[in-house]
Amino acid sequence: MKDTAGKSMTGASILWECIEREGVKHVFGYPGGAILPAYDALKHSKIHHVLVRHEQGATHMADGYARASGQVGVAVATSGPGATNMVTGIATAMLDSSPIVCITGQVGSKLIGSDAFQETDITGVTLPITKHNYLVTHANEVARTIREAFYVARSGRPGPVLVDITKDAQQTSCAFDWDAAKPQLPGYRPDLSPEQKEYEQALDLIHNAKRPVILAGHGILISGAMQEVRDFAERAGIPVALTLLGIGAFPAAHPLNLGMMGMHGEAWVNHTIQEADLLLAFGMRFDDRVTGNLKTYAPNAKKIHIEIDPAEINKNVKVDVPLVGDLREVLHELLPQVESIDRSEWLDFIDKLKGDSAVRDIQNLPDSGHLYAAHVINDLWRETRDGDTVVVTDVGQHQMWEAQYYKHEKARSLITSGGLGTMGFALPAAVGAKVARPEAEVWVVVGDGGFQMTLCELATIVQEKLKINIAIINNGFLGMVRQWQEFFYERNYAATPLLNPDFAKLGEAYGIHSITVTERSQVVPSVRAARAHDGPVLLNFRVEQEDTVYPMVAAGASLHEMIRRPSKIVETAADE
Amino acid sequence: MLNTYVVYVENKPGVLTRVASLFRRRAFNIDSLTVGRTEKPEVSRMTITVDADLDQARRIEANLYKLVNVLLVENITSEPSIVRDLAMIKVAATHEARSHVLELASVFRARVVDVAPESLIIEITGGEDKIDGLLEVLRPYGVLEMVRTGIVAMRRGKTTTSTSHNEGNQDTAEEDVSQSV
Repeated sequence: MKDTAGKSMTGASILWECIEREGVKHVFGYPGGAILPAYDALKHSKIHHVLVRHEQGATHMADGYARASGQVGVAVATSGPGATNMVTGIATAMLDSSPIVCITGQVGSKLIGSDAFQETDITGVTLPITKHNYLVTHANEVARTIREAFYVARSGRPGPVLVDITKDAQQTSCAFDWDAAKPQLPGYRPDLSPEQKEYEQALDLIHNAKRPVILAGHGILISGAMQEVRDFAERAGIPVALTLLGIGAFPAAHPLNLGMMGMHGEAWVNHTIQEADLLLAFGMRFDDRVTGNLKTYAPNAKKIHIEIDPAEINKNVKVDVPLVGDLREVLHELLPQVESIDRSEWLDFIDKLKGDSAVRDIQNLPDSGHLYAAHVINDLWRETRDGDTVVVTDVGQHQMWEAQYYKHEKARSLITSGGLGTMGFALPAAVGAKVARPEAEVWVVVGDGGFQMTLCELATIVQEKLKINIAIINNGFLGMVRQWQEFFYERNYAATPLLNPDFAKLGEAYGIHSITVTERSQVVPSVRAARAHDGPVLLNFRVEQEDTVYPMVAAGASLHEMIRRPSKIVETAADE
Repeated sequence: MLNTYVVYVENKPGVLTRVASLFRRRAFNIDSLTVGRTEKPEVSRMTITVDADLDQARRIEANLYKLVNVLLVENITSEPSIVRDLAMIKVAATHEARSHVLELASVFRARVVDVAPESLIIEITGGEDKIDGLLEVLRPYGVLEMVRTGIVAMRRGKTTTSTSHNEGNQDTAEEDVSQSV
């Protein structure tokens, strides 16, 4: 590290120097007037800047980078529209506790409040969707603010932090001293831990439970507690259900793994939760998409909630024992005291719950010539399962099919927008994932609707020469909305049919090798061709138009009241 | 039930907005919020009253702590404490009514701070009930204008709600003898 103590530097140079010292090698951004001094100073920095095509893309890339690597992702934009374009990406990172730092330029400090050209009060705009944010008006505040921003973003329950820096704060110079610019956050307490009494209460519940289930959430990945959760589940003989963002936190092939819970979880998983006498919530927040109707949720279960954020305790579900702290540390404390208990009766019961699910599964049908999204996902999994593969999904039907049919064995192998459900997330997030983990095989699985929200980032992929494979699950509809219309709005398909361009031609226009697939037999060859091709590939899968994600818990319904896969569909498909 | 919080925050621009925004986005309705300086220039003190049940009250506290600029939160609802509100009331006081109004003010130990030919301004400090009581009896004379500061609160006795708790345990069993007026 360069010795810069006391050296006079511009705010812009200090900015990059500090970001570099925080361990960042790549940033994602888009220049503009108020951030130009920072871009000019980039020439002295070792940081690689990825030029995006829209600032929303920059935030999703930073987010994808963070989720793929566990490191803080950085996005840069100018003032005004540049900054407001970041809002969706910041809110996405906020709801999924993803550590990103957003740097925005701001008009000169003397112009603030004058409605100057490209002036927006971005700290005001992002106040409710950031973990914390800053307005920096002097060069001598840059170093400490950047250090605080990274610390706040990555510690405790991670989240997005925005730093808005006025143009004059970037341009003027001051003495730079890294060591003197230590974070000063007297009120910030990210490191809570439970009391001894609470551990004892938890152990008591665990040892007395006959029908316990672990609810495994995103917190396991953030905390890095994959091995601890596995040790815990194995020792205590407790099955594990996953939230959408918890996928990858527990190996799919593990005998204690049940699969995803919630609105589109398999029936036996939700029934298991409803029948349980103890829920162990590990780093999850009882989102409405996993609980269904709260009044009837797991009615006979005691609840232990291990959670780093005290504000989550008793928010949606009243718990019996809260253990507030870092999941990994809490499990380290609990593990040696957990007794091994034979729960084969409970596990046998769960096995029986699986019932006829296998018969209903579309995977077990003979090839009818029709191409279903489930086939695409399943074949993709079979072809790529052995490698270091990261699948980045968008939001909608394909996202749920991916969660159901792609079996994730490793942590950080699925990246998806859960809490905010941001369409357009996948393509840019995959860019971030690939930049963070260049050795990984990165697949985008995206619907035809979401793809068109951020497809401009195809140019970023090409410009950065990133080997990313894109699988468009193209059904000509906003599929999940269409499904809701089918179930709850008498099939009134208002504003859901899409007239799409030829995605293969579009891909070719960007210089991306593109293949359109219409039959099941072409899926595996196309995936193999994509993997073999030296450069990005776009696969346009024209799938069944009115296919449905099953099972489904309707919004507000009880978790055990599911719309099951009808065996009728099975017959129709088989007859043809 | 009405909960009273004493909240110490860093004295920085925008902190009041952060606190107010938190209550808005978590859909808690602030009944009263006052903010002012403390014995330390870098620290501001808020008194916030909000209607919430026990569980909500605990979550409000946890959410306040999530704000990076919040130093200390104490729910003093069930603690023995002094709660004060200040009001200025402009009341119509014609020649005939004037002596009655002055008499009422004196009963409530309120002060007359402005005298005009047709009106008086009365300043009163006390708990909210006391101020409401004075308002009630003044109303027949004609309340022309009123302003209230919102409540400020402090725990009784030597126990402090302070950002420097570690300067020694000052908890005391002695009950302060001071009485509410």
